[in-house]
Amino acid sequence: MAMATPLPSDAGTDAGVRSRARPGPRQPLSTAERMLAVFSYFLTVYRRTWRGSIIGRFLSPLFFLLAMGVGLGSLVNDRVGGVDGLPYLQFVVPAIVATQTMWVAMGESTYQVLGYIKWNMGYHAMLASPMSVRDVLRGHFLAVAAHLTTATTIFMGVAALFGGFRSVAAVFCLPIAILTGLAFTTPIFAFTARQEGDDGFNILFRWVVTPLMLFSGTFFPVEQFPGWMQPIAWVTPLWHGVEACRDVATGAVALGPFVGHVAVLAVYVAVGWWLAERSFAARLVP
Amino acid sequence: MSAPTTTRLTSLVPMPAGAGLARMLVERNITSFRHGWVALVTGFAEPVFYLFSLGIGIGALVQTVTTDSGAEVSYPQFVAPALLAASAMNGAVFDSTFNVFFKLRYAKLYDAVLATPMGPRDIAVGEIAWSLIRGGLYSAAFLVVALLAGAVGSWWAVLALPAAVFIGFAFAALGMFATTFMKSWVHFDYITLAIQPMFLFSATFFPLSTYPEALQWVVRVTPLYHGVALERALMLGEVGWGVLAHVGYLVVLGAIGVVGTARRLEKLLLS
Amino acid sequence: MVLGSVATVTEDETLLSATGLTKTFGDFTAVDGIDFAVRKGECFGFLGPNGAGKSSTMRMVGCVSPVTSGELRLFGLDPARHGPAIRARLGSCPQRDTLDEELTVEENLWVYGRYFGLSRKEVRTRAAELLDFAQLTDRAGDKVEPLSGGMKRRLTIARSLINSPEILLLDEPTTGLDPQARHVLWDRLFRLKRSGVTLVLTTHYMDEAEQLCDRLVVMDHGRIVAEGSPRSLIDEYSTREVLELRFDAEDHQDVAEQVTGIGERVEVLPDRLLVYADDGDQAAAVVHSRGIEPLSALVRRATLEDVFLHLTGRTLVD
Repeated sequence: MAMATPLPSDAGTDAGVRSRARPGPRQPLSTAERMLAVFSYFLTVYRRTWRGSIIGRFLSPLFFLLAMGVGLGSLVNDRVGGVDGLPYLQFVVPAIVATQTMWVAMGESTYQVLGYIKWNMGYHAMLASPMSVRDVLRGHFLAVAAHLTTATTIFMGVAALFGGFRSVAAVFCLPIAILTGLAFTTPIFAFTARQEGDDGFNILFRWVVTPLMLFSGTFFPVEQFPGWMQPIAWVTPLWHGVEACRDVATGAVALGPFVGHVAVLAVYVAVGWWLAERSFAARLVP
Repeated sequence: MSAPTTTRLTSLVPMPAGAGLARMLVERNITSFRHGWVALVTGFAEPVFYLFSLGIGIGALVQTVTTDSGAEVSYPQFVAPALLAASAMNGAVFDSTFNVFFKLRYAKLYDAVLATPMGPRDIAVGEIAWSLIRGGLYSAAFLVVALLAGAVGSWWAVLALPAAVFIGFAFAALGMFATTFMKSWVHFDYITLAIQPMFLFSATFFPLSTYPEALQWVVRVTPLYHGVALERALMLGEVGWGVLAHVGYLVVLGAIGVVGTARRLEKLLLS
Repeated sequence: MVLGSVATVTEDETLLSATGLTKTFGDFTAVDGIDFAVRKGECFGFLGPNGAGKSSTMRMVGCVSPVTSGELRLFGLDPARHGPAIRARLGSCPQRDTLDEELTVEENLWVYGRYFGLSRKEVRTRAAELLDFAQLTDRAGDKVEPLSGGMKRRLTIARSLINSPEILLLDEPTTGLDPQARHVLWDRLFRLKRSGVTLVLTTHYMDEAEQLCDRLVVMDHGRIVAEGSPRSLIDEYSTREVLELRFDAEDHQDVAEQVTGIGERVEVLPDRLLVYADDGDQAAAVVHSRGIEPLSALVRRATLEDVFLHLTGRTLVD
């Protein structure tokens, strides 16, 4: 065969299956195939870049566990013997589990996503293939969910060694944490798709992420705040994530409120998803 | 902001000899910042959030804290000086690392600047001065909020503002020195790795006495601890000769940063 | 269903056709009702300056930008309904490289092949063949970031061929490349065409259009102003040769009248006069015999640049 031929050879094709690399109409991809194709891209990228995210992903929550759970905790335990009958560490660890997912979601949904839209135009490359905006989002959300799973699992393992959990039921923090993370991911994707530069991200970090960490019942119960401030916590996803994680981690689940927390998180995911599809379509396939 | 304001702001900063043109760089930064004024206005928000959250929430739990000098103070009074010092550090480090790196490697700003009569020393001093001006504004705003919240316990607190600018200076200089060694964004994780533990463990949210004896000495070596101790002494009125030791530590750090940065920039840009 | 509804390629084997194709963004009309048809195996070009509507047209053809009005068909299919099925058969090489610079050269190809549903085995075989084609085999394991502009472009083209497309779309394929890299790329594209791939490209370089295109349309302000082969366009809208005259003058408009009547036509540019004549040397002799003394006089063959100038009164590259 001549040296440089761009025509496909038969070597890679499986007998009996018509190759999609043959000219002519091609067999359409199934939903799962499309989702996994996009997912495998992010997996490939992650295999190259995971070292860079180690600190933000795994060490930050550990620092908070030590500073707040152990350090500040000894102060609180000395003075008032813990919070709501719990040692302070066990009070704060489930909250850090939930809060960590917010950080991971921010990390995965801001600069990275804008990069794929604007700088390296990775989404454009995908959309030139049979992938649609919907496929791209599905695959990318799946990748974020995978990140959330890894980060949460590792942190929970470490926290368990410190005695951060009272009940074995704490393993159910994992699905709740993933849901909490996605409740941030999908709306932030929608937000990012409408940004031109990173000014919006600074505002998001400053006015959403930090205040939520501080005012969502993470380090002390929201009941410590004046009554008028508490309803603010009720509408934020983090408070629901923190409460739901704390419920299962302490093994004290009140069914009604728990279902309510999960429902609010699910609504955030769904509405965010819908908004993300709209803003992605407007931005990427004008 | 109008042009006269620019001039006034920049002339507030004393410029060392050989760095007179640094003022031009500060002016450039102010000009560029006018487009991002939202970020400027909201820049002081973070420590305020911490003060109100932890001050109220943890304050309601623990009521009072015994400081390392033995005084019994309310939790907001305990945590406010530490937040002031920490935010001076955070702002200065952000400006002198992420921001400068971006300009150095991507925006090629300095290549353009060096094609003019300005030299590397102007750049180093200019960037740090700019960071200090901004940090000073944030610190002043935070102090006013702390005062209104009843978290200020002494008249010595009027010195807390210059002290915050001074802490910012030390960290900006060090941060920029570190930036001149950075090759990619990945390296900034090391910055985060240094900053975040300092923020959390420098006797910020709980007194030094919480730590076991050996760890107390580790904490005493870190720069932010001296910033926190300095601010706490001033805002609680526990001023003694020991304060000068904190000041001295930060002066040395700042000097290392400035000299190191100027040398590195000369090597990087004029080679 | 999609497979079943594919129309067999029509008699003259038109793979791509547009009628009254229009694209508007708000009040701005980027593409203003254009008609064209691309036949199997040819190289079809859109020539025009920046902002003429070429890229908007390409994005619609690539099924990544909805058609505002008019009719567009690829392989007999409507992009609005069969976008993924059409894109499965297209290769797309955008104006800016959209490679992932953190991945290696071959990883870029592997990942991309998966988007088209190729098996892992197929992707690897194809990638090896295409790296050979793009002369990048010895860089296969390197990261993309440090590659030269020409190499990145070739990699983008290799990537766009991973699915063995029947039509390859190239938006400004050589913009930003040095002359040598351009020639390497043209050679690769020429081989591709010979192997039966239909090429559709946009360019604002007349030499590129002349080198590669069998047929082209000239676009300006969202409209098609002329259509034909490079040769026929030059024959129709220009003389065979052009005499370029430069004078020691601030504005060449002032000296334009001195050459009136020489050649078929005179175009006045700020820095020179273009005298259109079938015999350039003869025209130069006439200039000389009139006692006119230009700083320089140069005779050259007419190009598509002259066609564009004649059609629009402007140059292609400002």
